[in-house]
Amino acid sequence: MQRIGVFVCHCGTNIAATVDVKAVAEALGHEAGVVISQDYQYMCSESGQDLVKNAIKEHNLTGVVVCSCSPRMHENTFRKAAASAGLNPYLVEIANIREQCSWIHKDIASATDKAIVLGKAAVAKVHLNAPLTAGESPVVKRALVIGGGIAGIQTALDIAEAGFEVDIVEKEPTIGGKMAQIDKTFPTLDCAACILTPKMVEAAQNEKITIHSFSEVADVKGFVGNFTVTIKKKARFVDETKCTGCGLCTEKCPMKKVPNEFNMGLDNRTAVYIPFAQAVPKVATIDPNYCLMLKNGKCGVCSKVCTAGAIDYKQTDKMIEQKYGAIVVATGFNPIKPDKYDEFAYSYCPDVVTSLELERLMNAAGPNGGTLLRPSDKTHPHTIVFVQCVGSRCDDEKGKPYCSKICCMYTAKHAMLIREKYPDTEVYVFYIDVRTPGKNFDEFYRRAVEQYNVHYIKGMVGKVTPKADGKIDVQASDLLANEQLHINADMVVLATAIEPDKTARPLATMLTTQMDTNDFFTEAHPKLRPVESATAGIFLSGACQGPKDIPETVAQASAAAAKAIGLLCKNSITCNPCVAHSDELMCNGCSACEKVCPYGAITYQDKEFRMPDRSTAIRRVASVNPAVCQGCGACTVACPSGAMDLNGFSNSQIMAEVDAICK
Amino acid sequence: MQVNENFEPVIVAFCCNWCSYAGADLSGTNRLNYPSNVKIIRVPCSCRVNPMFILRAFQKGADGVILCGCHPGDCHYTSGNYFTRRRITLLYSMLDFLGIERNRTRLEWVSAAEGAKFAAVMNQFVEDVKKLGPNRRLEDLRCRKQ
Ligand code: FES
Repeated sequence: MQRIGVFVCHCGTNIAATVDVKAVAEALGHEAGVVISQDYQYMCSESGQDLVKNAIKEHNLTGVVVCSCSPRMHENTFRKAAASAGLNPYLVEIANIREQCSWIHKDIASATDKAIVLGKAAVAKVHLNAPLTAGESPVVKRALVIGGGIAGIQTALDIAEAGFEVDIVEKEPTIGGKMAQIDKTFPTLDCAACILTPKMVEAAQNEKITIHSFSEVADVKGFVGNFTVTIKKKARFVDETKCTGCGLCTEKCPMKKVPNEFNMGLDNRTAVYIPFAQAVPKVATIDPNYCLMLKNGKCGVCSKVCTAGAIDYKQTDKMIEQKYGAIVVATGFNPIKPDKYDEFAYSYCPDVVTSLELERLMNAAGPNGGTLLRPSDKTHPHTIVFVQCVGSRCDDEKGKPYCSKICCMYTAKHAMLIREKYPDTEVYVFYIDVRTPGKNFDEFYRRAVEQYNVHYIKGMVGKVTPKADGKIDVQASDLLANEQLHINADMVVLATAIEPDKTARPLATMLTTQMDTNDFFTEAHPKLRPVESATAGIFLSGACQGPKDIPETVAQASAAAAKAIGLLCKNSITCNPCVAHSDELMCNGCSACEKVCPYGAITYQDKEFRMPDRSTAIRRVASVNPAVCQGCGACTVACPSGAMDLNGFSNSQIMAEVDAICK
Repeated sequence: MQVNENFEPVIVAFCCNWCSYAGADLSGTNRLNYPSNVKIIRVPCSCRVNPMFILRAFQKGADGVILCGCHPGDCHYTSGNYFTRRRITLLYSMLDFLGIERNRTRLEWVSAAEGAKFAAVMNQFVEDVKKLGPNRRLEDLRCRKQ
């Protein structure tokens, strides 16, 4: 005989204002099996929980129904309370009468009726609840960081610091990411390379950190604490263990006309290359799209000059498999290509550049050795126009709906640096709004305006037209003065929106994590769990979760590391006991469930059964690995014989709820 | 067709835990109204909903059943809602065969961020079912409450 307790919460007036809680408690008290039905001001408070605990002990309850806020809020609270009073936590059910009742209805009579029905459904369900015990599964003490930019490096360093092994997978030949391409950082104007490269070296030298450069994640299996990841090490045609990074091959390579990605294609590199001088690992890579030896089988210069014998034209992609307890995603961002914006002439005028290109043009290691020259004729620009929000805060197809956050600040930085170095250059910035929240950010922007006399103009650039004399006509509107302007510029710089890296979407599918419509990874809770994904064991670091500047990225990277360390410190984790299980007597081994299982949790076994005539027969039956099953329930519906069922959401439980609601 | 002004349909909503149930909570947090006819049953994933549950609801006297899941591609279990979509398509043809109005059953994708959509969908659905009137065909009269 069931002995069920019902506890109705007022939630102050949140529930009690629209639901007659006394009437609800009264009505549910008459349900079959209910031995006690109470209401209370705040059920989740210390004293409210005590009320539940005492009732469990006093009435020897076999089930508890709490009519309160959403189970997403306090299911765990009440489960814990029940457990501490000696009741199996899975014998607690919540009826959501706040978010899904009192807050959406105004009429007291109908809201009360609905609350009663929801309570009845919960009572009907709890009648069928079975005590469940959560299993344990071990945690592999190794972390994987996907992406080797500043976010990935910081996360890896922090995890290694705590004493755990960590691997970085980076798709480019070197770690460093976008920060390596940046010249100076705002608002302090210190040199990005000077603060980044020591960290890259630190990561390389840390014995707990393994860097898989020029590699990609090919497959992810498993679950929190026990992921099995296949990493594809792409062929770089150079033996990493032998290459000393002397660079002789890059000097001698005859194929010198390869656009240099590191300098945004503004100059050329050779087919065998090291992306930049401080690359980590400092190992050459051969670009198979341009290498004459790999393309035509004729050349072989690099292999002749390499004293270490590191060149290996026969190298192929290698797959390595490794187990991890936690995974941190740090795939970062890319600026969008503004070539869809015909009005800005980016695709056909070399003197219209993006901000990241400008960054390279001004960098001492860039194509011009740090002197700002126009890409077209290598002359010094005297008038430069910056266009803000190219592709950001845009509601059409071409751009992104969000604010890219960092552009206002880096444009202020660019403007300031240009005015500092070339005081004869006039700088105009066309903006929609200047957004400078952040420590010392607004002061920085004001310095650009007041001290450096950068012309900030609120308004939009309508059209950029290259002229025959090499100048560029910029047609714009000044919204505050309400007039049309024409500026005779030498260069135009587009502050383009940033978007998540293209590899993020397929990765999210492999990791079974969620993304928003812009392909940024979704955090488990926007305010309270900002560095965890909704999938257990997967954490988010840096701009893969949303636009961020460097300090924010580093902060999030360390936060993600802390979360990962918290997980890796545990020897085992408790699994969700709401998993599928099959009734072996009913199962006919048809494999329908195995096919729909997204986790590969179902396997088949040959089992011996005693038949009615006392003979034995061997039958093939399904069995579910409870540590792998995540409890979606796809198999329960696929099963034609009704052998599969889901703990906590069984067929009979859901049917009982349906019945209670329809009654 | 005549619309009975006082007809209050019984509506069962199945919501997956990760998106739609959270979306329903969000519409509560934002105080967006929808009729109290809608009663939500929480399931881990939309693919947990056996078409039998929907038939059972109709048999027991529900006038409409709505099933909500994450948007295609966003299912917490990666592929669950694709199964749901196919199963419901099959169920539709069965309901057609039985002569039950198609509009009594609906499949909707509501994300955890779409509180406003949840409320709008529910308002619309209740209105549509009201127009259809009570479910007579599949209701087991022995289940009818007095
Ligand atoms: S979890 Fe929402 S549809 Fe699968």
